[in-house]
Amino acid sequence: MSSAPTREAPNKPRAVREPVRRVVNESGIEVKPLYTAEDVAASGVPDLSRPGESPFTRGIHPLMYRHRPFTMRQYTGFANAADTNQRFKYLIANGQTGLNVAFDLPTQCGYDSDAPEAMGEVGRVGMAVDTLRDFEIAFDGIDLDAITVSLTVNGSAAILIAMYLAMAERRGYDIAKLRGTAQNDILKEFIGRGTWIFPVDPSVKLVADTIEYCAKVAPKYGPVSVCGYHIRESGATPAEEMGYAFCIAKAYTDAALARGLDIDEFAGRLSFNFNIFGNLFEQVAKFRAGRRLWAKIIRDEYGAKNPSSGWLRMIAGGGGFGLTIEQPENNIVRGAYYALIAALGGAQTMALCCYDEAYTIPTPKAQRLSLRTMQLLIEEVGLTDTVDPLGGSYYVETLTNQMEEKIVEAMKWVDDHGGIVKAVAEGVIQGRVSEYAYRRQRALETGALRKVGVNCYNESEEENPNVELHPYDELGAIAQVQSLRRLKAERDNDAVERTLDKLRADATAGRNVMPAVMQAVKAYATVGEMTRALVDVYGHFREPTRLWRKVA
Amino acid sequence: MSQRQIKVLLAKPGLDGHDVGAKVVVQALLQAGFDVIYTGLRQTPEAIVRAAREADVDVIGLSILSGSHIPLCRRLRDLMFDQALHDKLWIVGGNIPEADRMVLKQLGYRGVFPTGSRTDDIVSFIRENVR
Repeated sequence: MSSAPTREAPNKPRAVREPVRRVVNESGIEVKPLYTAEDVAASGVPDLSRPGESPFTRGIHPLMYRHRPFTMRQYTGFANAADTNQRFKYLIANGQTGLNVAFDLPTQCGYDSDAPEAMGEVGRVGMAVDTLRDFEIAFDGIDLDAITVSLTVNGSAAILIAMYLAMAERRGYDIAKLRGTAQNDILKEFIGRGTWIFPVDPSVKLVADTIEYCAKVAPKYGPVSVCGYHIRESGATPAEEMGYAFCIAKAYTDAALARGLDIDEFAGRLSFNFNIFGNLFEQVAKFRAGRRLWAKIIRDEYGAKNPSSGWLRMIAGGGGFGLTIEQPENNIVRGAYYALIAALGGAQTMALCCYDEAYTIPTPKAQRLSLRTMQLLIEEVGLTDTVDPLGGSYYVETLTNQMEEKIVEAMKWVDDHGGIVKAVAEGVIQGRVSEYAYRRQRALETGALRKVGVNCYNESEEENPNVELHPYDELGAIAQVQSLRRLKAERDNDAVERTLDKLRADATAGRNVMPAVMQAVKAYATVGEMTRALVDVYGHFREPTRLWRKVA
Repeated sequence: MSQRQIKVLLAKPGLDGHDVGAKVVVQALLQAGFDVIYTGLRQTPEAIVRAAREADVDVIGLSILSGSHIPLCRRLRDLMFDQALHDKLWIVGGNIPEADRMVLKQLGYRGVFPTGSRTDDIVSFIRENVR
């Protein structure tokens, strides 16, 4: 395990005669005070590929942002579909170019709004969804060809993908041409974020179902966005973040290949989601190294013929762990630097955590400010003029080579522990990641890891920072439950039962459940009903908590 | 500090999946020499109270970051009273706005540790307050 990043003698202004302090980045690479061409040469085989050429170190497209700037896609959703629809329209009117839907916890965990488990949570951290009706309302008046929609959902992703496809189909879109993505990365949910439902094996099976179904029915739709993001939030280093994500992406790839799909039929529709807090150069090198490594994995290990199958298409965003509850205005500045990291890293899509998001879900003003932060990069400071502007920097090229080695090391660690599926089922990865989180916390408390406004420059000018909080609307939750009950009274309940029986039967037989989920969705079966049908067959995940022991 | 080892149940009630902080606190309490039981995610208030009774813990700690701390803590308070766990030390941590801290204290949660709290402070608070 890498040690927490350290910067020695942090409290003193730097005196000229002090010995040069040692700097080791979070991924465990010692950083030199100066890099030259010799360092680049010593760090690996020269990579002379151009952007748009495999292995895509400098970018997956030849012209990158010169052709089209990154998509701006703030994570949005609260209360119910109608309120969220208004917020979507507000963001689109303010120049946002993609949507990224936040769902409330009952929806993400497979409970209806009237379930006892949903108490206090309906519409709190995202939009409540019970049936297809909610999707119809949420996307009303939004042109699904003009703007792509990303669904941040995992445990119940198969159901919500079906809702999105069914909603689009009913509005007359040809789903064979429909674009969009779902997060649908369940393996990382077991490591961080925690919205799992079923045990690990059937969970991976469901991901393979969605990949197979989309490859055949909605081939432009991205059924999975593999997330290093939350693994990093949970404590992993930047190199581990990418390494573990690649292990996960390979697990889904293997599962899809086992269905008889050809690698080039689906690999190009897999995308990624990575984090952007931390050392700027380390993150940029992480993205460049990751792009190169993933292209090589898909080409060399899986024998893909189509170069675009190995594109590391990514949303680079968030940065939640980097933001602080202390001196929240500092988060505005952090957000700007994080956006710079994403742009210098060659992200296809960007989203930023808002400055008030350490408190609660963001206000419209905070969301607009994040949007403006990204627009500033495009319009004012020249970040979209030239491809990979840090390419050729002695430091960044050296670090890119070194990060690639570290990512390979992280992947090997997983393989040595039985592979990602086993390591997740047994909690080995979770244990490792949270050990690092503990070290990181201690480093913050001792001041070894510097955090402005937290453990340095933290003289408090005002006791209560003036942050306007997004209010939680209890009445909105009641209204959601009432409309669910109304819908249950109006729909054809026999038809719902038949589709749920079919879903249970298909799951029991080990068939791809997506056609049955589509039928149930179209009959207005609820998220809770469909989830229970699947739980009847698959059971619930039991979290391995036995690994909690004292770290050395 | 009492002679015997202090026993802590750390629980994640509700649907909230943010467990980085809870696991960090588990680790800090273990380092401090406490006996710690961590429930894992997605625990119902009933299951938490049952676990606390069965393990006969001194401290019941809750970690909630989704914002639903008031309804969950209220429900847990009622159950803990029913099960005669009112003499235990109840503490709660997570994403808790300033305005809610007094409400939680009035409900009987003697220690409230919002995001940004130091693990050392949590450890000392438990040492000083376990009867």
